[in-house]
Amino acid sequence: MKKALIASVSVGALLLPAAAMAQDDTVKLGILVALEGAFAEGGADGVRNVELAIQQAGGMAGGKKIETVVAPTDTTPDTTVRQARKLIEQDGVDIILGPLSGSEGIAMRDYAKTIPDKTVINGISGALETTWVDPAENFFRFNLDGAQWGAGLGTYVVKEKGWNRVATVAADYSFGYTNFLGFAVDFCRAGGEIVERFWVPLGSSDFGGVIAALPDDVDAIYLGVGGTDAINFLNQYNQAGAETNLIGGTIMADQTVLTSRGRAKDALIGTPTSGALAEDNPDPAWREYVAAYQEAFPEGERFPSPSLFGVGYYVAALAAIDALNEIDGDLSGGQAKFREALADDPLDTPLGPVSLNENRQATGTVFINEVQDDGQGGLKNVMVGKAENVNQTLGMTVEEFTAMGLPSRDTPDCAALASGG
Amino acid sequence: MQSFIQRHPAWSLLIALAAAVLLWLIFAPWSAGLEEMLGRKRVFLNAVFGGITLGALYFLVASGFTLIFGLMRNVNLAHGSLYLLGGYLGFEISERTGSWLLAFPVVFIVVGLLGIVLQNQVFRRMEGEELRQTMVTIGLSVVIADLLLWAWGGQSYTIYSPDWLSGPMSLPVISSVNDEGEIRYLRYPAVRMAILFAAIVIGIGMWLVLNKTRLGMLVRAGVDDREMLAASGVRIQYVFLAVFAFGAGLAGIAGIVGGTFQSLSPGEDTRFLLASLVVVIVGGMGSIPGAAIGALIIGLSEQLGLVYAPTYSVVFTFLIMAAVLAFRPQGLLGQG
Repeated sequence: MKKALIASVSVGALLLPAAAMAQDDTVKLGILVALEGAFAEGGADGVRNVELAIQQAGGMAGGKKIETVVAPTDTTPDTTVRQARKLIEQDGVDIILGPLSGSEGIAMRDYAKTIPDKTVINGISGALETTWVDPAENFFRFNLDGAQWGAGLGTYVVKEKGWNRVATVAADYSFGYTNFLGFAVDFCRAGGEIVERFWVPLGSSDFGGVIAALPDDVDAIYLGVGGTDAINFLNQYNQAGAETNLIGGTIMADQTVLTSRGRAKDALIGTPTSGALAEDNPDPAWREYVAAYQEAFPEGERFPSPSLFGVGYYVAALAAIDALNEIDGDLSGGQAKFREALADDPLDTPLGPVSLNENRQATGTVFINEVQDDGQGGLKNVMVGKAENVNQTLGMTVEEFTAMGLPSRDTPDCAALASGG
Repeated sequence: MQSFIQRHPAWSLLIALAAAVLLWLIFAPWSAGLEEMLGRKRVFLNAVFGGITLGALYFLVASGFTLIFGLMRNVNLAHGSLYLLGGYLGFEISERTGSWLLAFPVVFIVVGLLGIVLQNQVFRRMEGEELRQTMVTIGLSVVIADLLLWAWGGQSYTIYSPDWLSGPMSLPVISSVNDEGEIRYLRYPAVRMAILFAAIVIGIGMWLVLNKTRLGMLVRAGVDDREMLAASGVRIQYVFLAVFAFGAGLAGIAGIVGGTFQSLSPGEDTRFLLASLVVVIVGGMGSIPGAAIGALIIGLSEQLGLVYAPTYSVVFTFLIMAAVLAFRPQGLLGQG
């Protein structure tokens, strides 16, 4: 009798997570986010922004109470998959929001295929392959990828600045190629010419030889490096007395470079860059969002304005809540209705309307910023334009985009693009 | 030198030939055929000078490291932290006083004093226990790295070179001859040439002190057999202190140099520790000329690699190190 009691209690305990899942009045969101390593601060901002979105929804979505579970990763793909498995198997979450970085995104695409009854909404990872090569049915991405972030900039420099001939220096790894591809496709189609490409290993500190090898007869130099590499390049570029115009990739003029100490970064003044957001975006939706963010968290516990990572997770949470509201929280049938609701109509976000294509990849707005002196000895990004409705294939047909090949050192072929359209 | 030529006539000839070819490549105007093969001469020259000046920086860091090792048999793995600390201090001093030059003596003294404290309070207590000393220096490097992160944060710092050194200068080396026969000379960042000059002066100074003075004699005697030196009545602890302070001070001013033509941020400490380890392994532990040659080889291979084979440039340094370890484990100029 006693044994039977113990047995039934322990069976009950084992079933408890399942029972919690079956509860009708809550929906569980798992936040898969990097909280260790280089992106730790950005990851923490991601968590804050999910909280903000839930708070704005009154803690409810589709008539159900929202619960969250945070699963920290260290940006390595294997930790990410392990944490995702924990979220699904132990915590019994319905929806995963995340991950944060490129290689994690690719790992989660593959993991998502093994959990067809759950849904993954990307946090802010930006690898092109995640939603382009063999995408998963239940993996949704509401942010643009690395190639899309480069779009718009090429047209801008050709049309507004009149820079038609450029040489490029970019980091020799996946994001370097992808981000460069976005710029190059746009630039070449607008009639620009890429004279020479240089690829530098990640973590190079001495660029003297490359700087000397840059051709003289170009209008500008595209720089697709970031962080310390970018600062070293600018410093040595100054010392070599070079004075050509610069064009920046998405990570060239981010906060790590703009807040660096010393005067190397001054070479960036007047440099246009492109990316997912513009801090001084006049769009009321963005203004409201920034104000809500600043109000929700005390000054010491947040960034001055939401980071790229924060905005990504905010939009992901917004998408989940919006879709849950639409279907009254009905997650039955392997979440089929939920997925339909996610994919169907465009979502209004602080970054403008975002719609999904057949690969469940976002089409949205890219912002063009220019680095300017802020008058207090620092630098700031000022929005100078935007490119709306940038899609996954960068305005080409799927066949054209496929024919061009995946990003690499020699892809895209500029001459072929210029003649083709 | 002469004995080396007598012992290895074939090698000497090869080395002399390689040096002659390199000098010819640097000074002679290039023919069209050569440019076809190797690219523009300006690129080659910049890579070579970049390599030599980078080698000068490596030499500044590694010479202190190798000196400390040679005398005290102490592999000071906190050497990179001293480099980074020197760089940050140099940034503060040059920002506040506006004088880049002033930063050098001040940093040399401050970091040198820290070296004295380390030697006197830490390493002296565990003399002769090499493994224990090495472990303690690893621990110290972690602690110092965290303290630096706390004080200076995670952003990057660059030190601004003074106006009289900013921008490029002309070197008496022909860069190209254009169609009208007009000769263009190579333009190269002035600050890097100044650093190269200073490194050469420091190198020669160290060689003179080691070979021509009483202190140098004591140091050399200590390197060979410190027990005998101590037994003959020399207060070897003072020699240790002086050498450690000098090595630490050099690492400190190398930090200013590194901050001027590269940048300073967390992680640079281990990067430079690794660079100086590779340099002394290639050059030979405990040898100053070895550190100079090792630094030159590593600097040149990094820069030429970056320009002519960017994909593999990262491996070259370690290939060189592996080759040296395989064929001459004591290092190019090491004894043993």
